[in-house]
Amino acid sequence: MGVLMVLRVALKALARNKMRTALTMLGMIIGVAAVITMVALGTGAQSSIETQIQAAGTNMIMVSAGNFMSGGVRSGQGNASTLTPEDAMAIQEVQGVQYLAPGVSTRGQVVAGNLNWGTQIQGTDVDLPLIRSWPATAGAFFGPADVASAAKVAVLGSVVHEQLFGADVDPVGQIIRINNQPFTVTGVMSSKGQSGMGQDQDDVVYVPYTTVMKKLRGITYVQNITVSAASAGDTAATADRIATLLRTRHQILDASEDDFMVRTMEEMASVRVQATETMTALLASIAGVSLLVGGIGIMNIMLVSVTERTREIGLRLAIGARGRDVLLQFLVEAIVLSLVGGSIGIALGLGLSEGVTLWMSWPTKVSPQAVAVAFVFAAITGVFFGFYPARKAAALDPIDALRFE
Amino acid sequence: MAQAAAAQAGLEAAVVAASSKAGDTVADRTDNVISTRNLVRTYEVGEHLVKALRGVNLDVARGEFLSVTGPSGSGKSTFMHIVGCLAKPTSGQYFLDGEDVSQMSKNELAAVRNTKIGFVFQGFNLLSRTSALDNVELPLLYGGSTLKTADRHRRAKDMLAAVGLADRASHHPNQLSGGQQQRVAIARALVNEPSIILADEPTGNLDTRTSIEVMGLFQRLNMERGITVVLITHEHDIAEYGTRIVAFRDGLVVTDRPVTRRRAAADELAALPVEAEAV
Repeated sequence: MGVLMVLRVALKALARNKMRTALTMLGMIIGVAAVITMVALGTGAQSSIETQIQAAGTNMIMVSAGNFMSGGVRSGQGNASTLTPEDAMAIQEVQGVQYLAPGVSTRGQVVAGNLNWGTQIQGTDVDLPLIRSWPATAGAFFGPADVASAAKVAVLGSVVHEQLFGADVDPVGQIIRINNQPFTVTGVMSSKGQSGMGQDQDDVVYVPYTTVMKKLRGITYVQNITVSAASAGDTAATADRIATLLRTRHQILDASEDDFMVRTMEEMASVRVQATETMTALLASIAGVSLLVGGIGIMNIMLVSVTERTREIGLRLAIGARGRDVLLQFLVEAIVLSLVGGSIGIALGLGLSEGVTLWMSWPTKVSPQAVAVAFVFAAITGVFFGFYPARKAAALDPIDALRFE
Repeated sequence: MAQAAAAQAGLEAAVVAASSKAGDTVADRTDNVISTRNLVRTYEVGEHLVKALRGVNLDVARGEFLSVTGPSGSGKSTFMHIVGCLAKPTSGQYFLDGEDVSQMSKNELAAVRNTKIGFVFQGFNLLSRTSALDNVELPLLYGGSTLKTADRHRRAKDMLAAVGLADRASHHPNQLSGGQQQRVAIARALVNEPSIILADEPTGNLDTRTSIEVMGLFQRLNMERGITVVLITHEHDIAEYGTRIVAFRDGLVVTDRPVTRRRAAADELAALPVEAEAV
């Protein structure tokens, strides 16, 4: 029997029981659609993170203090007191550095009139709006004189502005109290939304870093220094030069551990991307399980079908079908089930991915590889799970099969 | 050597089979559609060895209408399975159309069944939800037939016309009466122009009138087309439609006689009351 004939016989057999055929396919359809949608979600999240990081600026370098050890207790990243404003001034001279802003933060209760709001008090320098390409909407960011004099001036994030004054009130020139000290509001930042790390970037009050050091915390060190490289391509080299400078300044011998950390945005991005990759793999494997279950469903139905159609098989054998013909028929039936199911599943998966973006505004990106893998897997499933029932059918004795009730 | 043994076995068979001609030559065997020599078939049931056939010698000439009877356990079913190439004999030889098929492989037997044997079963064994035409076409799909789709359709239609169901080609089995279903099954058996039609209790599921109709069809095919029919039945009156009756008991042929007063289905049908004619 030719391939075309086998296909025709198998298709006719499938058409004879449309309900069963549809239900069997359903497992495969759901499995394939799930794999494609899950991978599309994962890939979408990944590329949206990449876009966010691109927007944040790939030329950013974060220098943060390392951890310190006191009586065997290690404090954790960012708590060492080794990074100083003098380090920042030295870094300013490093080749390739464009802007930098030392950072030191504290949490505080901010009061305006009869309203108050607990938020992050972020000490920074005048160049921050340039580094983050983040302009003020009202008033202005504080200037160099404010930093030099550790002036009590504050720039509000849009969330803090709303909470303390209401979105319609211009707070510029108003007095707020941070930890019971009066600060003059000089400006309001434009809204920036969530960061790539999921923090609300607008729930913050910016003050000069010198003010946080001297007036709010009483310390002589900074926690981090945000640096922007003059060109994105030079970021890694600039980061290396900063590290070398700091090792010299902190008198760290070659063999000992750094008491600071220099990381580029790209490095941080790759960590995030890795995390989403893991997530995607996880989602895909869960979806893969449903694909497997779909395959087992096909085997299940085919096995039941072989029993149910024993007399049919007996008849086919009696009128001249060879074992091979019956084997091929059942195998092709299983493959057709899984391939047609797989194709419908691909269509459904594409639709679902589109729908998720449309209705839930989650970014999705259908990867051709996922489609190809799902389809190939569907075909393999058909062959693999179809073979056992098919062999069982082919091995039937025609006399017993014809007698079967 | 094998031929000598076959000839020896043939001589013995001639004694048993009253109707077989005296003398036994290779040429003689080729005249017979079916020719068995000392056919033995044993089964192992647990520790027991059941002898279903104990050495059957039988010759069936082309164009004969043979009725095989016998009580259950007589070996007639086993005989039918071997004649139908569904099972192999434990020993002995079986010549179908002059060709020794007793030692053929499974696949060779499948090809023989496809081209030389047309089966008609008690339970019709039609594919459900499949048109009469597709059911009749089924044997044409197997055995490496190179017929074009249109030719297959035409042959299947011709066969349906031959059994009087030309207007029911697109009907599914559940839309047909028992008699019509059996006629579709007969058309299916005929479609590959086999050497013999092997009918296993073909009237077992039918009422008297429909039984007569189906037997009439067999008689007509036998007479008009010269098709050899082997009919397995336990009903003696049904067996009387044949030209020769062979009775089995305990794995052996115990009677082999020509039918002296053969029943003619066509005449009986004409004699039946008219009001019962709706099938």
